[in-house]
Amino acid sequence: MGKQQSLKQERTRKTIMSVVLAVICFIYMLPILTILINTFKEASAVKSSLFSLPNSETFVGFENYSTGMTAGSFPFWKAILYSTIITILSAALILLFCSMAAWYVARVNSVFCKIFYFLCIFSMVVPFQMVQFPLSKTADSLKLNTPWTIPIVYLGFGAGLAIFMFVGFTKSIPIEIEEAASIDGCGPLRTYFMVVFPMLKPTLISVAILEIMWVWNDYLLPSLVLDLKNGYRTIPVHIQLTTTGSYGQMNLGAMMALIFVSIIPIIIFYLVCQKYIIKGVAAGAVKG
Amino acid sequence: MKENQKSKAPAEPEAETVAESVEEIVQELPSQDDPAVLESETDPEDAQQVQEEIEKLKKKKKVFKSGHSSMTRRSMRKWSWLFIGPVFVSFIIGFLWPFMQGIYLSFCSGRITTIAKAKLTGFQSFEKAFADETFFHAFWFTALFAVVSVVLINVLAFAAAYALTQNVKGSNLFRTIFFMPNLIGGIVLGYLWSMIFDGLLDLYTTTNLVDDATYGFWGLIILLLWQQIGYMMIIYIAGLQAVPEDMLEAAKIDGATKRQTLFRVVIPNVMPSITICTFLTLTNSFKLYDQNLALTNGKPGRLTEMLALNISNGFANSATRGMAQAKAVIFFILVAVLGIAQLITTRKREVQQ
Repeated sequence: MGKQQSLKQERTRKTIMSVVLAVICFIYMLPILTILINTFKEASAVKSSLFSLPNSETFVGFENYSTGMTAGSFPFWKAILYSTIITILSAALILLFCSMAAWYVARVNSVFCKIFYFLCIFSMVVPFQMVQFPLSKTADSLKLNTPWTIPIVYLGFGAGLAIFMFVGFTKSIPIEIEEAASIDGCGPLRTYFMVVFPMLKPTLISVAILEIMWVWNDYLLPSLVLDLKNGYRTIPVHIQLTTTGSYGQMNLGAMMALIFVSIIPIIIFYLVCQKYIIKGVAAGAVKG
Repeated sequence: MKENQKSKAPAEPEAETVAESVEEIVQELPSQDDPAVLESETDPEDAQQVQEEIEKLKKKKKVFKSGHSSMTRRSMRKWSWLFIGPVFVSFIIGFLWPFMQGIYLSFCSGRITTIAKAKLTGFQSFEKAFADETFFHAFWFTALFAVVSVVLINVLAFAAAYALTQNVKGSNLFRTIFFMPNLIGGIVLGYLWSMIFDGLLDLYTTTNLVDDATYGFWGLIILLLWQQIGYMMIIYIAGLQAVPEDMLEAAKIDGATKRQTLFRVVIPNVMPSITICTFLTLTNSFKLYDQNLALTNGKPGRLTEMLALNISNGFANSATRGMAQAKAVIFFILVAVLGIAQLITTRKREVQQ
């Protein structure tokens, strides 16, 4: 009898907890929901009552979206395009070259490799403000200020975490597998690409997730390095440029539409690779 | 004496020969650590020489332990330009060279338009940086912000993780939602919240978020909580799932209450996660820039300016660039100390496991 009762108690306790968590989750989502609701309201209604639902008078359909997409006389799709190019190129470069370098560092172990590895770890600690001004000058003089060349800067700046994670994983791979490959006549290149690289898959995914999240959301580096006068903008740079100074004068509804549209790709990405993202983030946190 | 000659013979032995000879010596000498064995066969002087030679070779052999056999190493070296070259070059361009220039610039002052034209003036910039009141204000603002955010984020993230590991229905969905804000970048996040806060403040007051430093401070705290609780929660969940089941059972059998179990069994077991999360939130709070720029941009005045924003603003004017760079060096040392402490504690954790 007593046991049954305690089981029942346990069950009600869990139901209460579920309800409480559901309420908290709803509150957690409120900021994004508020933005979404307001994208359909007139600008004056956004300002006067942010938290009311649109009614027949204040509902404007997708008008805010069409004005928001061309805010600051810069088509927003261009910012999305440049952000995508930079993110994909940077992530690809980092994955390929950092994993190669990490294998070399882990297996060759010369003095040079040790110094290089130390410098990589060191670079993770340095705040961006330290290199901010010289980097923008160097990148300018080397013409690294376009969406197609800025990934080189990202490769250099993102090398620290990537190499650290790859070296950690490579050292856990038994060396005998590579020795077997080399006895079978594989040179270093074939050994790497046909034997080692496929084994790195879990770390490749983790690093890819971390780097994609970093590059996509990064503001300071592209705002300093990219040639803004030539019309190269990433999403965060575009949002910063269109909202500063004109905040208050700019149509609030349009601004919310802009913010909301820029969140959509992230949410889709998250829902598609949720499992990997959570794993990758946990791995990066423990290592870095 | 065969082995002695062999190891002496090549003046600058090839890596592979050394490896082989070491292997042989180690195999052939039954107990090279015991000088008595050697002494019985040879005179002491020679024995000592042999001993030294062996020590030398042993030291060299150590290098090979974690790496490849010599053949593969040599053929790998041929490809070093391909394996390490691209990263090395862009590492120099993207980090090392700007970093060294940064150190150099911090010893320059006056108008700095290009690095080539900057004039070395010693510690003048550092003196200016230490005399700058906004820098000190930013430091204290950041420190206070860091303390409050570290405590709140960790307590709330731990509570969320604890609740979600109790076999509650729908915990996967809750986890998904709690983590989501973490993926939104700082700039977007800042503008999103500035609109929400202004709307909220409009309901009760006539002030805006940027009119009052207290609102700005708590606004930043709420924003950071919203962004980072999910992240830290993931780390805590991993830690909580690793608590040994039999320990919890033993506590239950011994009649421990839920609270006792939490404080005496669970928390000591997730101590490593607590260390990691504390350091992560601490460094994140210290380096915070995007959110600060987008939410308040330091307003009112420069009262809600944090360290990173204070330094970045200094670079905008060519006259204060030297000072800003000096501040950046100070900032770097501050963050480096935090980071090194984190690395050391993480290492310790690895040893324990």
